[in-house]
Amino acid sequence: MTLAAGHPGFMSPTGVEIAFVLVGIATLGAALVTVTTKQLVHAALWLVVALGGFAVEYLLLTAEFIAWVQVLIYVGSVVVLLLFGLMLTKAPIGRSPDADSGNGWVALVVAVAAAATLVWVVVDAFRSTWVDLGGAAQGSAKVTGAILFRHWVLPFEALSVLLLAALVGAIVLSKRGAPARRSLLSKSEALPMRGVPSERKARES
Amino acid sequence: MNTYVPILVLGALAAGFAIFSVDMARRTGPKRYNRAKLDAYECGIEPTPQPAGGGRFPIKYYLTAMLFIVFDIEIVFLYPWAVSFDALGLFGLVEMLLFVLTVFVAYAYVWRRGGLEWD
Repeated sequence: MTLAAGHPGFMSPTGVEIAFVLVGIATLGAALVTVTTKQLVHAALWLVVALGGFAVEYLLLTAEFIAWVQVLIYVGSVVVLLLFGLMLTKAPIGRSPDADSGNGWVALVVAVAAAATLVWVVVDAFRSTWVDLGGAAQGSAKVTGAILFRHWVLPFEALSVLLLAALVGAIVLSKRGAPARRSLLSKSEALPMRGVPSERKARES
Repeated sequence: MNTYVPILVLGALAAGFAIFSVDMARRTGPKRYNRAKLDAYECGIEPTPQPAGGGRFPIKYYLTAMLFIVFDIEIVFLYPWAVSFDALGLFGLVEMLLFVLTVFVAYAYVWRRGGLEWD
């Protein structure tokens, strides 16, 4: 990263910068279709386009590792889980008229506020730093690993606690009121049930 | 960035082939609808749990999804660690052991509470 002084500025965009803007527009369009379409499967597929667009943006910013994490986790897992959920639950094929919750305007306000906050935070944090897009990848897995495991040890370990909390929360939410585990007693009680037909056969003969 | 040009070319070829195939099938293939075509595929499982109300998912899917995502995120962190392992040495190993151990506690908890059983 170098300071802004040595940079040509906004008036002479490079190929990478033009590509960044174009991919950004495509990503925004795909995201808009995702939230406005009434067809659930189409929404999931447009989500793939939007998240893939993000991955390309990361790649253009030389954040290689984040880009492939984006592909693996978001495109590869989250959307596939969504599609499996649709496939396994007999979700209606075609348009679902109740796909619109009617909170469109509230959602728009929240989205714009969140976007403004994020833009403000990022611009404020990286005010005069520039990433050399033409050089070696500054976000490759090796560089990311070296920085993450040397300088960001505490956030990394805190993340494991966050994952723990997420799983415990999921269990608490989904297993509310369920017994901790089927006890051995109930299993042994179930055993004679299986033996009933053979007992009957033995009595008949 | 130039190392990604072959991947880009491959992606363009794949997209072109997919669009061509789907388009050709639509143009040349006969369209005869019947009920069987909308059913689950022969060896696929029947979509059993009916969505209740406004197409709500049973909560089992949520739990499965959470399990999957959490361990997915855990595994993803092994990549940068493995790549720069020799530079990090023992410190990195202890760090990763702590991380994996904490997530393993979550795994043990889920197992104990029957989160790995479908019914």
